[in-house]
Amino acid sequence: MKSLIFKTASTYLLPLLLLFSIFILLRGHYLPGGGFVGGLIAAIAFLIHSFAFGLKETQSIIKINPGYLMPIGLVFAIGAAIAPFFIGAPILKGLWFEEPFKFIGMVGSALFFDIGVYLVVIGATLTIMFSITDTV
Amino acid sequence: MEILLIIIIGLLHAGGLYMLLRRSMFKMIIGLILLGNGANLLIFLLGRLVKGNPPVIEDGMKVFSDIYADPVPQALVLTAIVIGFGLQSFAIILIKRVYKVLNTDDLDELNSTDEEI
Amino acid sequence: MLIAVILGFIFALLVPLFSKFLKNAIPFLYSALPLSLFIYFLQFLGEIKFRGHILFRFEWVPSMGIDLSFRLDGLSLLFALMITGIGFLVFAYTAYYLKGHQYLDRFYGYLSMFMASMLGVVLSDNLMSMFIFWELTSISSYFLIGFNNTDPASRKSALTALSITGFGGLVMLSGIILLQATGGSYSFTELLNSSEIIKNSTSYAWIITLFFVGAFTKSAQFPFHFWLPGAMKAPTPVSTYLHSATMVKAGIYLLARFTPLLGDTFWWNSTLITIGAVTMVYAAIHSVLRVDLKSILAYSTISALGILVFLIGIGTEKALLAAGIFILAHALYKAALFLITGIIDHETGSRDVSKLSGLKQVMMPVAVAGFIAALSSAGVPLLLGFISKEVMYEATSQFGDWAILLTVLAVLTKILLLVAGFWAGIKPFVGKLPLEFGEAKLPSPLLWIPPLLLGVLSLGFGTFPSLITESLIQPVFSSISGSDTIVQLKLWHGFNLVLMLSILTLLAGGILYWLWKPSNDLFQKTVQFEVVSPQNIIENGAKSFGSFAGLWTGFFQNGYLRNYVITILAFLTLLMAYRLFGEVDIYIDWDQISNVSHYEIIVVVLMIISIFFAISTNSRTTAIVALGVVGFANCLFFLIYSAPDLAMTQFSIDTLTVLLFMLVLVKLPKNKQYSSKGIKVRDALLSMMFGSLIAILTLEVFEEPSSSEVSKYFADNAYLLAKGRNVVNVILVDYRGFDTMIETVVLVIAAAGVFSLMKLDLNPSKKDL
Repeated sequence: MKSLIFKTASTYLLPLLLLFSIFILLRGHYLPGGGFVGGLIAAIAFLIHSFAFGLKETQSIIKINPGYLMPIGLVFAIGAAIAPFFIGAPILKGLWFEEPFKFIGMVGSALFFDIGVYLVVIGATLTIMFSITDTV
Repeated sequence: MEILLIIIIGLLHAGGLYMLLRRSMFKMIIGLILLGNGANLLIFLLGRLVKGNPPVIEDGMKVFSDIYADPVPQALVLTAIVIGFGLQSFAIILIKRVYKVLNTDDLDELNSTDEEI
Repeated sequence: MLIAVILGFIFALLVPLFSKFLKNAIPFLYSALPLSLFIYFLQFLGEIKFRGHILFRFEWVPSMGIDLSFRLDGLSLLFALMITGIGFLVFAYTAYYLKGHQYLDRFYGYLSMFMASMLGVVLSDNLMSMFIFWELTSISSYFLIGFNNTDPASRKSALTALSITGFGGLVMLSGIILLQATGGSYSFTELLNSSEIIKNSTSYAWIITLFFVGAFTKSAQFPFHFWLPGAMKAPTPVSTYLHSATMVKAGIYLLARFTPLLGDTFWWNSTLITIGAVTMVYAAIHSVLRVDLKSILAYSTISALGILVFLIGIGTEKALLAAGIFILAHALYKAALFLITGIIDHETGSRDVSKLSGLKQVMMPVAVAGFIAALSSAGVPLLLGFISKEVMYEATSQFGDWAILLTVLAVLTKILLLVAGFWAGIKPFVGKLPLEFGEAKLPSPLLWIPPLLLGVLSLGFGTFPSLITESLIQPVFSSISGSDTIVQLKLWHGFNLVLMLSILTLLAGGILYWLWKPSNDLFQKTVQFEVVSPQNIIENGAKSFGSFAGLWTGFFQNGYLRNYVITILAFLTLLMAYRLFGEVDIYIDWDQISNVSHYEIIVVVLMIISIFFAISTNSRTTAIVALGVVGFANCLFFLIYSAPDLAMTQFSIDTLTVLLFMLVLVKLPKNKQYSSKGIKVRDALLSMMFGSLIAILTLEVFEEPSSSEVSKYFADNAYLLAKGRNVVNVILVDYRGFDTMIETVVLVIAAAGVFSLMKLDLNPSKKDL
């Protein structure tokens, strides 16, 4: 995987794919997509980068250990799940802002839930793949 | 078409089981994945096949105007695919680890309990 | 009343608390419980005499007809008084007997649990709750028998007792359910009204058989008697309480209780007479062959229980009256004998009756108690045992054609029991005191007052039967027999046949006691017959059942996981195939089937080829690639049939899986061929059968009209309620958000598992090198 073309391409692919994954995540409520697919695409983006530049390089881009993304994601998801509890509604009831936001559309607890799923999927996938690449 | 899919489901299950019964751990995982694919397809098929009408409400509409594919099996299968990935990766790592420690791929050589490794 | 029953359980639960703060006060605290209950039950005497029975009702599971109703009538009152009264004496006795024992607190806990369960058994009106209490007595007795849990023999006896009585209890449960199905109620009081219906129903024979098993196991009747001598491994207070006075009488209680409901039929009477007679003679013979005091008493108890069953079986009013009196008389003298044995054991360390003698010189009060108990057991006039024996002979001698046989058996048993009773109550005290017991001395009054008190009661009731005739025996008799005949107990019946028999018994017993000395040699001679004893047969049965289970497990669970899979799936496939061939028409509704287009054909062919490759190839890389193609073909199916979300997910996952495989497995060595051709063919056949089964099942399910209410609700409300247009995503993050949350957790666990597997150093010893 020392091809120059691959290296150059993946430099551009990483931000593009990440952006795409966020796009997939956000549109999930309206069109095909969502946290699972978005998370998987983001994970693949990082993987491609790691194939091109090596694991160390990728890890320095992510800054934090991908393992930490899992608890953060879980906090998001659980937070979104129990948020309704604090205003007296049953757990996991969907809460929504009245007005849609620009670019994003309607924002509600379901979106945060999906973001949580997104983060957990990235975290889990990267943890799995990185720990394997690490030891191979 | 449904008949063809049913045949494929049968084939996936048969192939999956056959591989599951092999002594090689590698083949066992292949069998596991085949079985998973077969099961996913089975659930998907039972939601009936609808061409070209995904369960997405058109822009500007509040409810469906046309027929649409059954969303419930799709949601189930989506979950199953992701969980399946977790299972597969764990299984793959497990045989890798077993191979590293015991230097064998043969299930029958794992038959003794808790030996010194 | 509910509290009275439950109190024992509460006390048992409080043991850990008490033992922490009030360790030394436990014996007194716990002895107060049976005493107060005894007084509580005493005050019902008057009410029962006039009203017959009192019902207390507490709802428990009303929907299933199960409640905690308690019925207090003569019979249950007699038992309740015995349980609490003798209970009090035993509780007090234990305080000294087990003084300083490490687990004394536990012992009291078990005892009070047992007492509460036993009260529950005799007071319950609802048969279901009675069954629960019944099993609780078995369980608490298990703890008590196995109290010396460091002794393997003790543990074995406890287990034997539990399995026998527990088994009987379960059999009885089926009897109870059958009775409910026939009579329409679990309540004994309600069932009494449909007695005739039950007796004439076809299931009557089953009901009484099942109840008999329950009663015979609990009351140690032949051939289930052997657990009782084993149970003598328990500390003596337990033997006194459970295995002579109360628990073993639960079976008798059951039979007596059900006499008005199920009794007075040919099968009922003849079975009970036969079993009872066999047990009483068999056990009486055994009892005079033993030398261990507790063994003697155990067998004489079995014999006494046999007499009770026998009397209930005879079923005439006289016989039932005799049973009622004998329950009380036996409890009084047998408990006393056990307590005395405990004292002797405690003071001399020996229970060998052939060695013990002359203890009168050091423990006079105990000797007095022993004399009274032995004489009551023998049926000497002026003691309660005499009255019960008189009534019993009266009953047998008036029983039609069989009178002579039954009377002879009864007299024979009584003679042998007299010897056994004398051995236990008189023999150790008379004669010369051997040197080895010179150290023995009179123990604390806490030990000898209880048996003496019991003796006084025997004497008092025997001399003045009117003390209990009206207040206790009359209600007991009425509730067993269901008749209103006025009971009269007299000491002097005139010079008749019964008195002749009594005198004959005493004379013959006395002579036998004179001639026949207990000896160990004789006992050893009987051991060789153990081979054909019921105990041996049942134990061997249990053993061979165990080894059969071992073989069975060894065969089916041989440690090869795939063999388990083969067994399970082959069985499943054959079973389903049998049903499918026999009863299901396989048809295809062509209207439901959509047309096939050329690109679909391509995907199908691609799929089939790649499945084939994945299975048949020997190269890892080929297999992985083929697997990837299977996944992508799957992905195409999803895409064609309106599932873009699935297609996307499957695509990414498939990519990741192939990557993962490549990363991990490429470096493993080449695949080897492990299996022989024959095994491959077998597996292939099974797999094909399984695949076809799945295909046919899928077809069948597919042909069934599916209900899409859930999908419709989700789809219709996706935008209105959840503000989303992609219904699949709405289901995932909103409708079924909880599932998704758990799913993410699963994923996290898988990742953590992978991480630890890869990073964990399983061989830390390498570091040292």
